[in-house]
Amino acid sequence: MDDMYRDYILDHYKNPRNFGELEGATHTYHDSNPLCGDEMTMQLKIDDGHVRDVHFVGKGCAISQASASILTEEVKGKTLDEVKAIDRDHVLANLGIPISPARVKCALLGLKALKGAAWGLTAWPGEEVKAK
Amino acid sequence: MAVTVKPQTAPLDVARIRADFPVLSRTVRGKPVVYLDNAATSQKPRQVIDAMRRVFEEHNANIHRGVYEFSERTTAAFEEARAKVARLLNAPSEREVIFVRNATEGVNLVAYSWGRENIKPGDRIVTTVLEHHSDFVPWQQLAKDVGAQVVVVDIDDEGRLRRDQLSAELRKGAKLLAITHTSNGLGTVNPVKEIAAEAHAVGATVVVDAAQAVPHTPVDVQALGADFLVFSGHKMLAPPGSGAVWGRTALLEEMRPFLYGGDMISRVTVSMTEWNELPWKFEAGTSSYVDAIGLGAAVDYLTDVSLERIHEHELSLVGYLLPRLGEIPGVTIYGPKTLESRVGVVSFNIEGIHPHDVATIFDREAVCVRAGHHCNQPLMTRLGVPATTRASFYLYNTIEECDALVRVVHAAKKVFGV
Ligand SMILES: Cc1ncc(COP(=O)(O)O)c(C=O)c1O
Repeated sequence: MDDMYRDYILDHYKNPRNFGELEGATHTYHDSNPLCGDEMTMQLKIDDGHVRDVHFVGKGCAISQASASILTEEVKGKTLDEVKAIDRDHVLANLGIPISPARVKCALLGLKALKGAAWGLTAWPGEEVKAK
Repeated sequence: MAVTVKPQTAPLDVARIRADFPVLSRTVRGKPVVYLDNAATSQKPRQVIDAMRRVFEEHNANIHRGVYEFSERTTAAFEEARAKVARLLNAPSEREVIFVRNATEGVNLVAYSWGRENIKPGDRIVTTVLEHHSDFVPWQQLAKDVGAQVVVVDIDDEGRLRRDQLSAELRKGAKLLAITHTSNGLGTVNPVKEIAAEAHAVGATVVVDAAQAVPHTPVDVQALGADFLVFSGHKMLAPPGSGAVWGRTALLEEMRPFLYGGDMISRVTVSMTEWNELPWKFEAGTSSYVDAIGLGAAVDYLTDVSLERIHEHELSLVGYLLPRLGEIPGVTIYGPKTLESRVGVVSFNIEGIHPHDVATIFDREAVCVRAGHHCNQPLMTRLGVPATTRASFYLYNTIEECDALVRVVHAAKKVFGV
């Protein structure tokens, strides 16, 4: 039996939920992990302080994609404040698999993009880097 | 894909070699470690570990300073290590070997010291898409600072340098050619000797990144005709913190020091400083002398085994692996598909599985490979992939380890159902 690549993880990877461009999105945030080449865009449709819909578009490893897919299922219907309050421990626990230190970034990329969208950020604080 | 090797030399006694490397007998989660990440760093033989331990246990003292026995012995060992490196590279003089921490520091030394004096606005720096970031970013940033231009020569679909394009770019004029001897991403070996001659014909200075060459093949700086050459000790059985820049005396003499401070001076007054002679002019502060002594021991080890034989051994592993890996459905191999002008680096992807997932699954079978961009982002962009999985061999790897690699590729495919 596989610890990390459980059936539901692979299922979310191969059949990501809420995947693709979201029409009428009010909040969008893109992030990436250049180290692995993972890409992640989270899109929210917020109405009256609630997440009416959420989509993501991404490519990358099974962990980053499954984590984002699971996250989108969870946040639908939540208030914006609830989304802003989701933390890393919650996401890692929700994934339900042991994540080695080297893969934590993959597991949290979806959350990072989701938070960026929820807070209406254009760049993550401290990462407003300019190319040199 | 048929690949064969005609051995020119006697095969290595790999079992005996492995016995020299304590870490190779370790297990990971009960499984014997299969270490295939040698392009990232190599393991260390007892001979190197012992040489370093002896300094600490028997005569440690700062070098070039004390007038007492310990300092003299440590200084002698340090300078003897330099002589060994000079002989390894067939350098005309030991004074041309400057100890640095790694290849990256070596390139930066050349870029800051030679580059800032010699690269002028509008000058062209010719380099290749095969470069490691270490031999790319320093030139890119130098070019930005002084208003020079960086020209990046492409590869063909087998990962070999586009020689036609390189020649054409050199003919347009170049002040500097920065070129990797051997690609860490694909294992391609560039024909540096011919290329250096072409570059010199247009008046360019040639910097060679030999970080993947010196550990695996004989490198002769005089035969290559380079002007500067850099490498890291940690990829060649020596400790991290050791490495060297080789440069031509005439160039080094003209250059200003890269770092200022102690040891690199001959005389200091409140208003001026005279530089020390070569090579110490470039070795400011207390050197990583124990690491350098470890490098000397590693050079002894590699020359005892023979770099020709090591190279042939690695090619025989590649020759064994390439067809077996290549025939697995969904596996794409990047880089040269023959054994000509290549080393023991095999980069690949498995369709439907991200390299990081591949490496994670391999890890559970104690197979250590690198997954990522290998500090080769321009190359990854050229290949059209975000990352690859890379297996890289050294003198202690075996055919059985190639079989283990093939097995874990099948295992990964099974987990992912591809
Ligand atoms: C071709 C090449 N150049 C330069 C380097 C940089 O080496 P270091 O990190 O030891 O400075 C590497 C290491 O991966 C390399 O493979």
